Amino acid sequence: MWYLKNALTRKNLMALTGLFLSFFLIIHLVGNLQLLLPEAEAQLQYNWYSRLLADNIFIKIIAMVLYLCILLHTIDAIYLTIKSKKAQGAGYAKDKRGRASKWYARNMMFLGSIVFLFLVIHFKDFWYQFKFGEMPLDANGNKDLYTLVVEAFDQLWYVILYVIAIIALGYHLLHGVFSAHRTLGLYHPLYSKIVKYLGIIYTVIMTIGYIIIPIFIYLNR
Amino acid sequence: MKLHLKIWRQKDSQSKGEFKAYTLEDVDQELSFLEMLDTLNLKLVKKGDYPVEFDHDCREGICGQCGMMINGIAHGPIKNLTTCQLHMRSFKDGDTIYIEPFRAAAFPIVRDLKVNRSSLDHIITSGGYVSVDTGQAPEANSIPIAHEVAEAAFDAAACIGCGACVASCKNASAALFTSAKITQLELLPQGQTETSKRVVAIVNQMEEEGFGHCTNTEACQVECPEDISVLNIPRMNYEYNKAKILNK
Repeated sequence: MWYLKNALTRKNLMALTGLFLSFFLIIHLVGNLQLLLPEAEAQLQYNWYSRLLADNIFIKIIAMVLYLCILLHTIDAIYLTIKSKKAQGAGYAKDKRGRASKWYARNMMFLGSIVFLFLVIHFKDFWYQFKFGEMPLDANGNKDLYTLVVEAFDQLWYVILYVIAIIALGYHLLHGVFSAHRTLGLYHPLYSKIVKYLGIIYTVIMTIGYIIIPIFIYLNR
Repeated sequence: MKLHLKIWRQKDSQSKGEFKAYTLEDVDQELSFLEMLDTLNLKLVKKGDYPVEFDHDCREGICGQCGMMINGIAHGPIKNLTTCQLHMRSFKDGDTIYIEPFRAAAFPIVRDLKVNRSSLDHIITSGGYVSVDTGQAPEANSIPIAHEVAEAAFDAAACIGCGACVASCKNASAALFTSAKITQLELLPQGQTETSKRVVAIVNQMEEEGFGHCTNTEACQVECPEDISVLNIPRMNYEYNKAKILNK
């Protein structure tokens, strides 16, 4: 079972699941930007869109892959963190090693934990409600996910929670997307640099995009 | 200048270590860091105390023997420099300097600031070589190698194996050291033929020695005395994945 014990292979799994999740974030953002449409229009369209996804067999399969990726990414992170702790030895009394690297690169596990806790809340409040909860229907007979979302973002503390979680996700992506390519073996100096900058652009778009939604809804109601 | 030193003292790998405080008066700014420690040791010996043990050999920045954490940074405050090339002019009068050994599970402490870095040697032994038939030395120019390739291989070969990358890494990973060796041998035609075999053996050995994994924080290159490029690491990953996927 060399592939389970080997850190390089485990890092590959980390990178591949991470990149899939990053790709999912794009689709998720594009879909959710419909929440920013004028209210009457947005409600019907967003609920129709949610049903479209929920009923599509292709999307259902992708969703399974998504759940699996979240799980594997988390388990792998815990495994690698324990491995890292073991490898470190006693540690330093005076530790200034931080000057040589970015703080978010060193704290991926911490940032990831915030994102994971956020996901638990996020899944419970929307995903679980939509899939298994009692939902009112809209004019077209679709489950009214829109109202659920909009009412949630009416609460200031909920908006703040989202903004904090998205910022944590942003820093996680800032290092993660770039690091994943390195892990998978992109060693060309120019292409590595291009990927690094593309990763930054991607991260900025994702972070701003996801932060705008709750703030926009809060301010517009 | 006057210096307050806090030095890690530990009798052997089994005993518990602790910081001991020493004060040195009249330290010359032109002394190298190791010469400053020599001065301290001379005083300790005269007093009948056991001197502070530390590794050193050439004191010219090329052998990779010296290495310690100085104020929480491998080889001290100046980037891309060995401990022996660090001079006391980098410190101020009245400074307190913490001196600790490199820490990693794969680097057990021998005594005081001296750690056992045999784990790095084991990595080299497992695959950091080129197999050749014995006999007469072959004609030097029989295999043409472009100047750029030779230079790139030499950049990777410049690694002196001091272990600062491991000490600076938050995961105590030896990825920079290991990948530099892989790159060096892979770039040259003599080493290329064995790349797949080498990379699998050498990576497995790295795992076995108890080093951590690489999370691409890039701290290693910053503190590396030879400024070995972190891009060697993805090359190692690429070669390892290729070897495993193609099952060569």
